[in-house]
Amino acid sequence: MLNYGLRRIGLAAVITAVALALLISMIQLIPGDPAAVLLGPLASPEMRETFRVQMGLDQPTLVQIIRFFGRAITGDLGTDVLTNRPVLLTVMEQFPFTLTLIVASLGWSALIGIPLGAWSAIRRGSWADSLVGILSVGSIALPSFVVAVYSLLLFSVTLGWFPTIGAGEPGRPLDQLYHLVLPSLAVGLGWVGYLARMVRASMLEVLGENHIRMARAFGLPERFITFRYALKLAIIPTVVLLGVGMGHMISSAVFAEIVFARPGVGRLIFDSIATRNYPVVMGAVMITTIFYVFCTLCADLVAAWLDPRVRASL
Amino acid sequence: MTATRRFLAGVKSVLSDRMGALGLFMVLLVVAGALLADLSPYNPAKMAAKDRFADPSFTHLLGTDHLGRDLFTRVLFGARIALTVALVATGLSFVGGLVLGMAAGYGPRWLDSLLLLFFDALRSFPTVMLALALVTLAGPSLYAVIAVVIIATLPAYARVVRAQTMTLKNAEFVLSARALGSPALRILLVDILPNLIGPLLILVSMDIPVVITIEAGMSFLGLGVRPPTPSWGTILNDGYAFIRESPWPAIAGGLPIVIATLGFTFLGETLRDRFDPKLRADGT
Repeated sequence: MLNYGLRRIGLAAVITAVALALLISMIQLIPGDPAAVLLGPLASPEMRETFRVQMGLDQPTLVQIIRFFGRAITGDLGTDVLTNRPVLLTVMEQFPFTLTLIVASLGWSALIGIPLGAWSAIRRGSWADSLVGILSVGSIALPSFVVAVYSLLLFSVTLGWFPTIGAGEPGRPLDQLYHLVLPSLAVGLGWVGYLARMVRASMLEVLGENHIRMARAFGLPERFITFRYALKLAIIPTVVLLGVGMGHMISSAVFAEIVFARPGVGRLIFDSIATRNYPVVMGAVMITTIFYVFCTLCADLVAAWLDPRVRASL
Repeated sequence: MTATRRFLAGVKSVLSDRMGALGLFMVLLVVAGALLADLSPYNPAKMAAKDRFADPSFTHLLGTDHLGRDLFTRVLFGARIALTVALVATGLSFVGGLVLGMAAGYGPRWLDSLLLLFFDALRSFPTVMLALALVTLAGPSLYAVIAVVIIATLPAYARVVRAQTMTLKNAEFVLSARALGSPALRILLVDILPNLIGPLLILVSMDIPVVITIEAGMSFLGLGVRPPTPSWGTILNDGYAFIRESPWPAIAGGLPIVIATLGFTFLGETLRDRFDPKLRADGT
């Protein structure tokens, strides 16, 4: 396990480094003058030249990449051009809001999706199973930004049940939770279907295994077999999936943060594009990419810990 | 069996499944909307201030937006954008995935390792974050949308092609072609490629709703199609901006996205179950 863990961590580090290098070289790969796009049409040629020198864009790509990694090791991701503060600080201030939204979304979708999948597996072939199947596929297909706008329209604007904007007053957890309901509904809905499908599939596999048949032969109650034996095993791949889900939800969180005007990394990047704050955009994208790779790494490590076959695959 | 008969048998097989039939109906609705958009009596970009925020009626089937434009007409023209991006971007991604995947699967070990690292690095970007970074540098455009779609989907295609190529590389018919002295390019194009296209096409068709979502999502954020071109995402964004004045623009913007994504997903799932159950992600 230690051997696998070290190799997997090494691989994640290399993937992160290549991804960040690709991100830095993107500025050179894109046709046109990035300085012109970033500074807008009113910028003079002198301003563009100064900007290029300031950002190091006048250097060859390889030099830019090496310089970036040299600075990044010390936690320096550049300076926010609007506030003159370190980019890392600006991004990390917003990160807890996004993380809260992701954890809440994943939490409620797991609470509903896992039992729904197990219930559907027990009733395999029934109309209820088909209905859960169609609803699961449907919820996976629905884009989170459509769910966000529709839930805002229905529950906030029309019915007035939930607040339309913000993350709630600081220091008032209940108010913050109240503000979290609709955004987490939008981010987590697709995952209810995803988790239900995964749990159903693993449950069907486990329910056909010998030890479950043996338990039935011993006359143990069906409910006991389902929840104490089958679900306990079937949930393992789902736990791994939850780790991947954390990373995937960053994209959905961007929409929820914008639609519900919540603070967070997605909103920070979106606002920074409007103000042409290039260092903040790049810094925030890099941190979310690292977070994404980290989540996948954790999911893989948990999978390897639970299932020795995974260890042999690397 | 002739190609037409095979096609009809395939359609019959899809129609025999309730989810497949519903999906096919929804997809046909979207395609028909895109093809027949010109028949609408309204210009999708023409403003009519006195008609703004009209409720749905026989004159305006989905009502009008904040500039008095007919929402139904805009939705129909939006279908053209959505389907064009879906076809062009997935087509490019399909070709790119085939070429890179075959190179990784059939080429030398060092090339395989290098390409795998490249695919994994591309997969490590959260899609929306990548879109935001790209648009910051290149500005919002349809090309940016297509680039994001390719970056988001190509690694998965290439990985599937690579795995299949590696399996086929050691198949007897490929080994005998090699023993007969066929050059590598001929083996790849004549012996291996025809066996890859089917499974990859199903995978690509499953990704069409994802591509529609990326296009609409980027346009919703103002990073894709620029106004006044009607994209479902821009219609939804206009509706969101004026959600307190009228619910109809928001409903009209979201509805076609829901129909298209559900339709393509239902159809794709049925196609996969019927023709290639091995591709099921959940293994059932």
